[in-house]
Amino acid sequence: MNVVIVDTGCANLASVGFALDRIGAKKTITKDPKKIKKAKRVILPGVGAAPFAMQNLRERELVETLQNLTQPILGICLGMQLLFNFTEEGEVPALGMVHGRVLDLETGNQPSPHMGWNTLENVADDPLLKGVNSGDYAYFVHSYAVPVDHYTLASTTHGDTFSAIIRQDNIFGCQFHPERSGATGARILENFLKASL
Amino acid sequence: MLARRIIPCLDVKDGVVVKGVKFKNHKVVGDILELAQRYRDEGADELVFYDITASTDDRTISPDWVSKVSQVLDIPFCVAGGIKTIEAARARLEEGADKISINSPALMRPDLINELKDAFGRQCIVVGIDSYFDGEDYRVKSHTGDPDKTRETGRETLDWIVEAVQRGAGEIVLNCINQDGVRDGYDLLQLISARGLCKVPLIASGGAGTIQHFEDVFKKANVDGALAASVFHKNIIPIPKLKTELQRAGIEIRI
Repeated sequence: MNVVIVDTGCANLASVGFALDRIGAKKTITKDPKKIKKAKRVILPGVGAAPFAMQNLRERELVETLQNLTQPILGICLGMQLLFNFTEEGEVPALGMVHGRVLDLETGNQPSPHMGWNTLENVADDPLLKGVNSGDYAYFVHSYAVPVDHYTLASTTHGDTFSAIIRQDNIFGCQFHPERSGATGARILENFLKASL
Repeated sequence: MLARRIIPCLDVKDGVVVKGVKFKNHKVVGDILELAQRYRDEGADELVFYDITASTDDRTISPDWVSKVSQVLDIPFCVAGGIKTIEAARARLEEGADKISINSPALMRPDLINELKDAFGRQCIVVGIDSYFDGEDYRVKSHTGDPDKTRETGRETLDWIVEAVQRGAGEIVLNCINQDGVRDGYDLLQLISARGLCKVPLIASGGAGTIQHFEDVFKKANVDGALAASVFHKNIIPIPKLKTELQRAGIEIRI
């Protein structure tokens, strides 16, 4: 399986790469649009702030490349948020591949950022989530989130309930970090690479 | 629901894991990768590596073990020690650390917190605070890695927590020096005061000796995580047993 991790200039590239190594996948980390287009699977990682990440994608001339992908693409954390139209973080437009907005997460009287292990709930029946069950824990670190909508495959609650995993056609996203979510995260990455999606 | 975190802390000195009492008399307790994998397998929620010599020896180069730890761990980890610049932080994050923690350098130059937040986002910036009870107030000390170089900062702990969060800290680790390594229980009074002011995740550090201490700190001080070293290194409290009992006590725990 030819899998590409998009070099977004953000800091968690190495951890995502190591997670793929642990499940025995061969990966390429690249910002070359040709290699990204040719890949069987594309992973869009991201940590940090949305305006900075979008600026990086524009400078690397990757916006159109990503928007036109037809193979399965998985956005991780900020990478998932960038798939949407608009994010309240810095009030910037994002890639617009999925219709929706990323909102400042209302945590009520609980601490923000939402940081730590939280449960996946209402886990949908989808090939990406084979072997993953409601109540399984995943590791989250974020202050912005995507509301629950028709594309939500699993939700999580910290104050508000939000999308933990999304899917629209070939476009997938995890708000948590599968590369740091133990066996559950490894299972999701493995499904993303091996399942027929 | 968000689980409370159990966080073994590995003090690293010259490339091996050590542990002292009240920050002194460090003894070697083991190899970094071996301990990291052991804690991962036992169910630790996160690991913290404090390079305790770095700040006092003025080293800023990313240690070679960061990348190796990242390769083996499928849980998050934080790296602390001697991070005084954006570049030093970037080097550690790029090698796979999920968070970086700053302590003495933030006290020397508080703008560093703002700069790190702007560069990497609040979520990966932890501010560690070494707090000391002087008989009247809780005060902050710096450079605690070496007793001969430890300094009084004159700052009051609660003020510094508020300032650090305003500047961009995404998490606070509050280490109570009086309690460090003596296994007498967390400083609940101090942690309760800190919790009231701290809007970001708060991690308790210093004093864990029994399972009851963990239960108390979660139930009474409502902290997000509890950090400990000696009770885990010496296997006085096995992590699986700790987590089972905390869950039985009604605390949200990832088993």
